[in-house]
Amino acid sequence: MNLAVAANENLAHTSNVLIYSAMAVYTLAFLAHIAEWVFGSRSAVGRTAAAITAPTAEPQKVTVTVATKGGGTAVLERPKVITRSTVGSRDVPDGPGAAGGSEQGDVYGRIAVGLTVLAFLLHAGGVLSRALSVERAPWGNMYEFSTTFGAVAVGTYLVLLTLKKNVRWIGLPLVTTILLDLGLAVSVLYTESAQLVPALHSYWLWIHVSCAIVSGAALYLGAVSTLLYLFRDSYETRLENPEGKQYNAFVSSILARTPSAASLDKFAYRINATVFPLWTFTIIAGAIWAEAAWGRYWGWDPKEVWSFITWVAYACYLHARATAGWKGRKAAYLALVAFGCYVFNYYGINIFVNGKHSYAGV
Amino acid sequence: MATTDTDATGAGPTADEGELGEAGSQLSTAPAEEAGQAVPGSFGGVRRPGALGAAQWLGREVIGWARWFWRQLTSMRVALLLLFLLSLAAIPGSLIPQESIDQLKTDDFKARHTTLTPIYEKLQLFQVYSSVWFSAIYLLLFISLIGCIVPRTWQFIGQLRGRPPGAPRRLTRLPAYTSWRTEAAPDEVLTAAGRVLKRRRFRTHATGGAVAAEKGYLREAGNLVFHVSLIVLLVSFAVGQLWKSDGSKLIVEGGGFANNLAQYDTVQSGPMFGPEDMAPFDFTLDEFTATYERSGPNKGTPRTFRADVTYHDGVDGPARKAVIKVNEPLEVSGYKVFLLQHGYAPVVTVRDGKGEVAYKGPVASLPLDGNLTENVVLKLGDYLDKNGKKDQTAYSGIFSPTVVPGRAMFSQSPELNNPMLFLTAYHGDLGIDSGIPQNVYQLDASKMKQYKAKDGKSPFKKLLVPGQTLTLPDGGGTLKFEGVKEWASFQIVHKPGISGALFGAIAALLGVAASLFIQRRRVWVRAQAQPDGTTLVEMAGLGRSESAKLPEELADLAVSLQADAPPAPEPETEPETDPAEAAEGARP
Ligand code: HEM
Repeated sequence: MNLAVAANENLAHTSNVLIYSAMAVYTLAFLAHIAEWVFGSRSAVGRTAAAITAPTAEPQKVTVTVATKGGGTAVLERPKVITRSTVGSRDVPDGPGAAGGSEQGDVYGRIAVGLTVLAFLLHAGGVLSRALSVERAPWGNMYEFSTTFGAVAVGTYLVLLTLKKNVRWIGLPLVTTILLDLGLAVSVLYTESAQLVPALHSYWLWIHVSCAIVSGAALYLGAVSTLLYLFRDSYETRLENPEGKQYNAFVSSILARTPSAASLDKFAYRINATVFPLWTFTIIAGAIWAEAAWGRYWGWDPKEVWSFITWVAYACYLHARATAGWKGRKAAYLALVAFGCYVFNYYGINIFVNGKHSYAGV
Repeated sequence: MATTDTDATGAGPTADEGELGEAGSQLSTAPAEEAGQAVPGSFGGVRRPGALGAAQWLGREVIGWARWFWRQLTSMRVALLLLFLLSLAAIPGSLIPQESIDQLKTDDFKARHTTLTPIYEKLQLFQVYSSVWFSAIYLLLFISLIGCIVPRTWQFIGQLRGRPPGAPRRLTRLPAYTSWRTEAAPDEVLTAAGRVLKRRRFRTHATGGAVAAEKGYLREAGNLVFHVSLIVLLVSFAVGQLWKSDGSKLIVEGGGFANNLAQYDTVQSGPMFGPEDMAPFDFTLDEFTATYERSGPNKGTPRTFRADVTYHDGVDGPARKAVIKVNEPLEVSGYKVFLLQHGYAPVVTVRDGKGEVAYKGPVASLPLDGNLTENVVLKLGDYLDKNGKKDQTAYSGIFSPTVVPGRAMFSQSPELNNPMLFLTAYHGDLGIDSGIPQNVYQLDASKMKQYKAKDGKSPFKKLLVPGQTLTLPDGGGTLKFEGVKEWASFQIVHKPGISGALFGAIAALLGVAASLFIQRRRVWVRAQAQPDGTTLVEMAGLGRSESAKLPEELADLAVSLQADAPPAPEPETEPETDPAEAAEGARP
C-alpha cells in the first residue's frame, strides 16, 4: 500500500518535470517560429508577395496520373479533371507560408516543427504519467483538463501536418497559446494529484470529458483559422481596391504569406462542421451521466447552460453558412462568438460561478 | 480530422443558375433566400367602394399579412435570429441564482439585493427557464422549425420520386469536367456509364444522349431527421416536466421506505402527476458504508459511498438485495432511487420524570460541515414530569464523530473515531399541538424554558460518550447515549419521457452527422458521335458546394468507365476539350 503510494508520488513528480520540460521546448519552438516569420519577411517572395495576387491562369488540376485497373497489367492514365471555382469568389492563391520562400526561414520553420514534436512527446508523457499516478483519466480537475487539452490541440495539429494539410501557418499562434495554457495550468490551476470525489467515479468521465477536450482542441484550431480569415479577408479586400487604404508593410508582409481567405474559411468550416456532431455527443453523454449521478438529465446548471449556448451558437454558425446574406465575415464572427462561449464555459464558469460542476478543484 | 465532405460555400449550386438551368435546381430543400426586403402594405390591390369591397380588401389584407408573417417566421434568416436569441436568453439564468435550482441561494441573493430584487422578479430573472420570454423564444423557434420541416419534407419526397434532372447543354460549365474520345459507340458508352454509376449507388436516368445521376440523398434525410428529433427532444422534455415526481427521504440503517406520499420527507411533482400514479415498491437500508482519503492534501475527502438495501418491487414482490452508489441508482417500478447524502444518528434512550421510556432509537441529525459535525434535535411531545404532569421536553445540541481532545466540539474527520454528544435540554411547549407542521430538525424554543445547571444560572449542558447517561436537574428525566448508527438520504425520482429524449438525442446525432458528412452531388455523362467516327465522352459533376472530393470522384468514375470506353489515340487537334479554353471560359 505504502509502496504504491510512493510510486504514485514519484509518477506525479515525473509528470510535473515533463510538463515543465515541454514548456521549455515549446518556448524554443516559439522562438524558431518567430525566426521563420522574420526571415520570411526578408525574403524576396515575402517582400513582394502582395503583388502575386492576380488570378493565376493555370486551372487547378487533379494531378494524380496513374491508376491500375482490374487485375490486369494495363495502366491507365487517370483523366484530368478540370475544376471551376465558385462564381464571385476571389481566386486568390494561398500565400507562400511563413518562410515566404526564404531558405533560412524554411530551415527555422522545420526546426520549429521538430521542436514542437519533441515538446508534444514530453507533454503527452506528462499527461500520461499524471494519469498513471492517479490511476484514472487525467482530467479530474482544471489543471489536468488544461494540460490534456493542450496536448490534444498540438496532437491534432501534428496529425493534420502529417496528412499534408496546409496548416504549418498555425504553428506560431498554436505554440503561443499552448504556452499560455500550460503557464496558467502550472501556476494558477495547479492541483496535487489525488483521487476523485465519488460523483466523478464513472466511466462517463472518460467518455464525456474526453469528447469535450477533443472538441475544444479542434474548435480552437478552427477559431484561430477564423480569426486569421478575418484579417486576411480584409487584406484581400483592400488589395482588390488598389487606390484605397492598404495595410502597412509589416502587416501586409505577414498577411501576404498566409493561406488565402477562401482556404482559411474552408479549413475553419470543415473543423467546426466535423466537431459539431462530436460536441452534440458530448452534451448528450453529459446528460446521460447527469441522469445517472443526479437523477435529472438536464437541470440548467451553469455548466449545462453554457454547453447549450455553445452548441446553439455553433448551430447558428452552420445556419449562417447556409443563408445567403450571412456567409463570409458575418458567419466568421458567429464562429468566434461560439468559441468564446466554449472558453467562457471553461474558465468563466469553473472559476466565477458555482454550480454542481464546481468540484473541478481550481 | 478535417475530412468532411461538405464545403465552404454552404447552400446553393456553385455555378450560375442561369447557365445551368434545371441541372442545379433542387439540390437541397433549403428554402430559397428571399430578396430580403419585406413587402408590407396592401396585398389586396384596389379597394372597391361599398362595404363588400372593404370586406374583400380586408380579407385579402389579413391573409396577405398572415402569409407574409408565416413566410418570415419560417425563413432561414428568422430561424437564425431566433437561435441567436435563444442563446442570449439562456445567459442570465447561469449568472443569477435560479429558484428551481437552488432556492437557498436565491433567497440569500434576494436578501442581499433589495433594489435589484423587485426588478428581477418582474423580469422573471429568478426563473429564467420557465419565464414567459424564454418560453416565447423557444416556442417561436419550434413553430418556425415545424413550418420549415413540413414543406421541406414534401419537397424531399418529391425529389425522391422524381428523377435527377437532365444534362445541361454545356457540361464544360460545371465545376468538375472531364472528357476523352473512344472507339466505342455512344449507346455502349451510355449503357456502361449507367452500369458504373449504379454500381456506385447513384440513382441514374438516361435522357437525350446522356445519363444523369445523383447520389447523397441521405444528407437531406439526415438533416430532416435532425430537425424532427429536436422536436421529439422538446416534447419528451415537456412530458418529463409535467409527469415527474421527485422526492427525498432520509433513512437510518435498519429503517425503510414505502412509496406513498406520506412517507416522503419532501416531494415535488409535475402538474399532471397524481398520487394514483405512484408505483408500489419499498426498500430498507441495511447498511451504509463510507470511506475517506486517509492521507495527503485531500485527507478527509470522501472516496466511496455505498448503501446496501433490500427492496420489494410491487406489493408482494420477492425481496431482493441491491447496492446504491453515487453514480449507480436503484431502478425499480419506473422509479430511480439515488443516494444523496449521509450522516450519523446517535442512538439514545430517553426516560421521562416518571422513569418511563419516552423515546428509544436513533436521532437522525443534519450535518453542519464536511466533517459531519451535526446538529441534534430530539422533540418529545408525550413526556411527563416527575409529578406525572404533561411537560413537553426537547434535547438539542451537537454530535461530533471525531472529537480531538483539546480542540473544540467540531469534528476533525468525517469518520467515526471518537464520537461525542453535547446536549442541553428544554421543557415547556413545543408548539406542535397547533397543527402547523414542524421541521423535525429544528427546534423552536421560544415557548420553552432551558434547564439550568446546578448554580441555577448558566444553562444546563452535558458532554456524553457512548454508554454514558445524562440526568436532568430536578428529576426531569434521563438520556442514555447508546451508540451511533449511520443514515443515508435518498432522492426518489419518477420521470417519464427519458427514453423519448434519449431516442431523440441519438437520432439528432445520427441525423446531424449524415447532414454534415454526406455530400449531395450530381454527375452527367454524355456520349456523342463525332464526324471522325469516334465518340466524344464528356463527364461533369456538380455538388451542393464546391468540394475537393467531387473532382476526385469524377476521375474515379471516369477510370471505371474507361474500361468499357477506352480512350482512343488523341487526334492532333481537340478544339472542344482543350483545358485552356475551358479555363478561359471559367474566368472571363
Ligand atoms: C431548434 C433550432 C435549430 C437547430 C438547433 C438547428 C440546427 C441545424 C444544424 C446544426 C444544421 C446544420 C446541418 C447542415 O448544415 O446541413 C442545420 C441545417 C439546416 N437548418 Fe436548422 N436548426 C434549427 C432550426 C431550424 C429552423 C427553424 C429552420 C427553418 C427555417 C431550419 C432550417 C435548416 C435548413 C434548411 C438547414 C440545411 C441547410 C443546408 O442545407 O445547408 N433549422 N440546422
